[in-house]
Amino acid sequence: MKRLSIAEALREAMREEMLRDERVFLIGEDIGIPGGFGGAFTVTLGLSDEFGHERVLDTPISEKAIVGAAVGAAMMGMRPIADVQYSDFLFCAADEIVNQAAKMTYMSGGTVKVPMVLRAPVGATNRGAQHAQSPEGFFMHVPGWKVAVPATAYDAKGLLKTAVRDDSPVLIFEHKRLYGKGGRKEAGGLDLTSDIPDDEYLIPFGQAVVRRAGTDLTIVATLLMMHRSLAAADLLAQEGISVEVIDPRTLVPFDDDTVLASVAKNGRLLIVEEDNLTGGWGAEVAARVADAGFDLLDAPIKRVASYDVPMPFAPVLENFVVPSVERIVEAARALVRGKA
Amino acid sequence: MTSLTIPPDRLLQMYRDMTRIRKFEEKVYYLFLQGQIVGTIHQYQGQEAVAVGVCSALRREDCITSTHRPHGHCIAKGVSIHSMMAELFARATGCCKAKGGSMHMGDVSVGAMPAIAIVAGGVTIAAGMGLAFKFQKSDRVVACFFGDGAVNEGAFHEGVNLAAIWKLPVVFVCENNLYAASTPMQLTTPIAIAERAAAYGIPGVVVDGNDVMVVYEATRAAVERARSGGGPTLLECQTYRTVGHSRGDASTYRPKEEVEAWKQKDPIERLRRHSIANGVGAGLAPALAAVDREVEKEIEAAVVYAQESPPPRPEDALLHVYGEEAAA
Repeated sequence: MKRLSIAEALREAMREEMLRDERVFLIGEDIGIPGGFGGAFTVTLGLSDEFGHERVLDTPISEKAIVGAAVGAAMMGMRPIADVQYSDFLFCAADEIVNQAAKMTYMSGGTVKVPMVLRAPVGATNRGAQHAQSPEGFFMHVPGWKVAVPATAYDAKGLLKTAVRDDSPVLIFEHKRLYGKGGRKEAGGLDLTSDIPDDEYLIPFGQAVVRRAGTDLTIVATLLMMHRSLAAADLLAQEGISVEVIDPRTLVPFDDDTVLASVAKNGRLLIVEEDNLTGGWGAEVAARVADAGFDLLDAPIKRVASYDVPMPFAPVLENFVVPSVERIVEAARALVRGKA
Repeated sequence: MTSLTIPPDRLLQMYRDMTRIRKFEEKVYYLFLQGQIVGTIHQYQGQEAVAVGVCSALRREDCITSTHRPHGHCIAKGVSIHSMMAELFARATGCCKAKGGSMHMGDVSVGAMPAIAIVAGGVTIAAGMGLAFKFQKSDRVVACFFGDGAVNEGAFHEGVNLAAIWKLPVVFVCENNLYAASTPMQLTTPIAIAERAAAYGIPGVVVDGNDVMVVYEATRAAVERARSGGGPTLLECQTYRTVGHSRGDASTYRPKEEVEAWKQKDPIERLRRHSIANGVGAGLAPALAAVDREVEKEIEAAVVYAQESPPPRPEDALLHVYGEEAAA
C-alpha cells in the first residue's frame, strides 16, 4: 500500500500497462522530451526514460495528427494512449474524434476496432476561456466513445488501466485542480492522495460509487465538483441536512441504477457539474431520472453548473461562474427546505 | 506508355481490374437510376488506372485508406464485388453489413479500411497505420488515397508532416482530377500538388494517372522506399473523372471539349491499344475480349446475389457501436 496523487496514479497506470502489453504506447505534445514537462501536467514524467522515445512519442503541435494517428494505430492492433494538453484542444481534432474514432467500428459493420485512450485535462484554473472548459457532455453525446471522469487517485489508476484494455475508444477527463502532488501546482488545487494497493486492480466502467451516504438529498457530481459537493455535505450536516454524494466515475456507460436507488431513498436530486448549464452531462442525467424515476421524486431535479458564459480570467469572475461550495450548499438547502 | 518490364499476366490482370471497376460503376449507375440503389454514389469512371496501378504494387497484407469515392479502390484492393454490390443494395451480406454504404466501403481482410468520407480524413489515420506497422516491425505499407480537394485541408498537412518526421511507411496518393466537386483546382491551389512534398522534405512525384503502367511503376518505387524505412512519398496522379462528382451532377461547370479530350485518354482503352500494339502475348485481343465477357458475368452475378440477399434486421442498427461488439 502507498499513497499517490492522481498525477502519480495515472503515471503508474500507464507504466504498468506499458510493461504488461507491448502494444501500449504514449503519443502527445511535450510528453517525453528530456528535461521537459512530462506533458502539460507532469503526468508522463519519467516514462520516456524508462520506455524510450520509441514508446513515448513527442509530436508536433498537431492535435489532428495525434488523434488521427492514434485511430490508425489502434485500427492496426496497437493500444495508443494519446494526450492533448487541455481538453479545449480536443476541438482541434473534432473530426478525428467524432467522425473517425467514434464511427469506424460501426461503419465497418463491426470488423474494425479502435482501442485507443485519449486523455484530456478539464477545469477552470485562471487561464481564461480557451484553457478552461469541461466538455465531457459534448463527447458523452457521441455514440462510440466511452467517457471516464476519475475524481480520486484510486479511480484514476483503475479506470485508466481499464480504458487501455477496452476495445472501444475511451476519453479520460482529468481535472487540473485534482492532479495533486507530483503534478503541476494549481492555485486552488486540492492535494488529494489515495491509498493505492500493491496488487493490480481494475475498475469496471459503469459503476458509480456512493462517496458519502445520506438520507435527505442525493447529489450527483464528478471531478472537482464531487469534492466540492463533499465539502458542502459537511457544512449541511451541521445544519442537520443529510446528503448522499454519488460519483458516477464514468459518464459512458452511466450507472443509472445507483443514482435511481439513491433517489428512491431520498426523493431529491441535485446535479453539480463544472460545465456550463445548457446541454451539459447533468441535463442528460436529469432527463434520465425524470424518465425512469419520476414517481420517486418529491421535488424538481435541480442543477448547479457554471453559468452560460465563456470562462473568464479574473479569479473574482471565475469563482463567480464556477459552482462554489457555497452555491452547492444554498441549492441543496433550498431543495431540502422545500421538502420540510 | 513506356514500360515493357511489366509481365503480360500482370498487364492482363490490370486490364481485368480496370474493366471490373468500369463495368461495376456503369452497372451501379444504371441500378441507381432505376431506384434499386438508394442514397448517393460517387463514381470512379476515368480514374481506374490510379486505383489499379497503385494497388497492383501492393501486397495483400498492405493496406489502403479510401475516400467518399471508394468503389474503384476497393475493387483494386481485392474487396469482393458481390459484397460491394450487396452493400449498395443495403443487404446484410454487404461488406459492411449495410452499415457503411457507398461511402464507407471496405474489407479489412484484404487491407481495405472502411472508406473515410471526410475529405483528407484518411491522411492522419494512414500515418497512424504506418506507425503501427513500424511498431510491429512489419514491412507492411499503407497507400492513402485522396483527391486534389484534400490538399487544402489541415488534416493533409498534419498527417503528411507526421509521416515525414517519423519516416512512416505510407504512400500518399493524390488523385488529381482537376475539380473538387465543381471547383477547379486553379482557384484553390497555388502550386502543383506534388511540389508541396518539398514542404515536408519528402519526394513528390507527378505521373500520368491515366497510364496504369506508369502509376504502377511510380508506386512500386514509392512502396519500396516506404518498406525499406525511407519514409513517405507524395504521388500526384493526374487524371479525370469522366462522370459527375456525385449522382445528380451533370458537370455543367466543365467544358464539353475538356471532357471529350480526357475521354480520348481513357485508361482502359490505352492499355488495350498498348497491349495489342506491343504484341504483349500473342493473340491478346481475344484474351481481352474474353476478360470483358467474364467481367460482365461477374457483375451480373453480383447483382443477383445482392438482390437475393436478405436485408439487415432493423434492430441490427443497435449493434457494433462499441469495440466489444466487433469481431476479433
